[in-house]
Amino acid sequence: MYTSISDGIEGAPDGGDARERAFDERLDRALKIEPPDWMPDAYRKTLTRQISQHAHSEIVGMLPEGNWITRAPSLQRKVILLAKVQDEAGHGLYLYGAAESLGTSRDELVLALLSGKAKYSSIFNYPTLTWADVGAIGWLVDGAAIINQIPITRCSYGPYARAMVRICKEESFHQRQGFDIMWTLAHGTAEQHAMAQDALDRWWWPSVMMFGPPDSESTHNVQSLRWKIKLFTNDELRTKFIDQTVPQAEQLGLAIPDPDLRWNDETKHYDIGPIDWDEFYRVIGGNGPCNKDRLQARVDAWEDGAWVREAAAEHARKHGSDAA
Amino acid sequence: MRDSARIEYVLRFGDGALVLAQRLCAWVAHAPVMEEDVAVANVSLDLFGQARMWLSYAGELEGAGRDEDRLAFHRDAREFHNVLLVERPNGDFADTTVRGYFYDLWASLALSELAGSHDERIAAIAQKSRKENAYHLRRSQDWIVRLGDGTQESHARVTRAVDELWRYTGELFIGDDVDAVAVGDGFGFAPEALREPWLERVRATFAQATLDVPPDTWMQRGGKQGVHTEDLGYLLAEMQVLPRSMPEAVW
Ligand SMILES: [Fe+2]
Ligand SMILES: [Fe+2]
Repeated sequence: MYTSISDGIEGAPDGGDARERAFDERLDRALKIEPPDWMPDAYRKTLTRQISQHAHSEIVGMLPEGNWITRAPSLQRKVILLAKVQDEAGHGLYLYGAAESLGTSRDELVLALLSGKAKYSSIFNYPTLTWADVGAIGWLVDGAAIINQIPITRCSYGPYARAMVRICKEESFHQRQGFDIMWTLAHGTAEQHAMAQDALDRWWWPSVMMFGPPDSESTHNVQSLRWKIKLFTNDELRTKFIDQTVPQAEQLGLAIPDPDLRWNDETKHYDIGPIDWDEFYRVIGGNGPCNKDRLQARVDAWEDGAWVREAAAEHARKHGSDAA
Repeated sequence: MRDSARIEYVLRFGDGALVLAQRLCAWVAHAPVMEEDVAVANVSLDLFGQARMWLSYAGELEGAGRDEDRLAFHRDAREFHNVLLVERPNGDFADTTVRGYFYDLWASLALSELAGSHDERIAAIAQKSRKENAYHLRRSQDWIVRLGDGTQESHARVTRAVDELWRYTGELFIGDDVDAVAVGDGFGFAPEALREPWLERVRATFAQATLDVPPDTWMQRGGKQGVHTEDLGYLLAEMQVLPRSMPEAVW
């Protein structure tokens, strides 16, 4: 799931030639930009970065929940979780495909992730310590992802917009299964209820941070908004998430860990307490609880799988068919 | 005895699917290529689905109120009736592929037999599982050929995996009292009869994969009767931890 890790815009704007005017006109008329169309270099680079970060997030995001597949507490829960994590792999694949349509190969993008150069959503650098964390991730993290991603179904780049339509359908199933796990725990034994509350306590603020730095610090929002690869600002999306989620926590009978949280009758939104942006930047900077482990798991899968990929390629070469 | 034989018979298929599914799901997010994360999840999902049908039926036959989860999460290793092959550790991708291939090929034959069972439930579960199994077998067989006839390294790895796992294949074809009841009552088949067709397919696939079929050796056994390798206990400890630690909870 994509989250605003950093809204950096690559390179300087191109000069105002005829091609650029045609591109601007397409944006103004809300027409999609497609792979063969001319596009400014900065648009291509920014989108490549945004889509590949999104793809990396889907793939790295399989790890924290994947951590509980073998221990899911019923066969029904197990197959739902397994199917969900499988969906995330599918999301990664569509998104790498969309990114490749901009001219960078999947292997190149993956290697940028493995070298630590490319970012992925910081939320996945937190550990899943109990079964309730699986519920909290579905409910909060997939919930936040939906809010982030629904606008992207209308973004200016055709392959990205279309990938997102398909992905969003599955994300809402993910969110519901997460909420359902939380519901069952919150209405279960005292021990299960405590497990659910503990998960909410740990996942709430990282989820709120998923929308990225506040608008006041996110100077590149403007260009991305202009290009229609971002349709709402970080703070707008964050507010939407909080407004949607607070009543759900009430339904669950769980307390959101924010003493300053209250409804504001003037703004018609919830006010929240201060966000610990130091933590956000610390985790993005590589010092979250699981940054090292997450990246190592991806590096291990890549390195341990090298001989398999080579074998498939060699077999295909010998027999003149496609590799894996 | 006849009822308990039928229950155990059904559990053997259910536990086989369950234990293999549990092994395979550990690959998800760690597979050699992302497409394989998706594929291994598919196979695991199918097998969990099959296990649930078998276990539910076993619970109904038993009539003691045990449902699929009770049977999956609240039995000890000695009460599991899967063949030893499926509980062998994942190892590397070659070990997993060879284990899967040996099982899938046997299951394709076994499920064809069971599809004609006089027990309608067994026949129905087998018919549904058979379609899924055809895909599993196509995939594992394809990987055997690619790895066998791939690079020197992949050939060496898959050869080592075959040598390691071969001794767990014999049990698939050794019948006991329970199998005898299954044959006598018309709800099951004689395992020995599957050995030749199975070997014939292995020979053909291995020829294509440039692999040798190992020589005859002592075949390990006991899983069907509940005497397992040490690995099963750890698999179950991990799988069962939550329902065992909070027995009164509903999930
Ligand atoms: Fe996703
Ligand atoms: Fe999701």
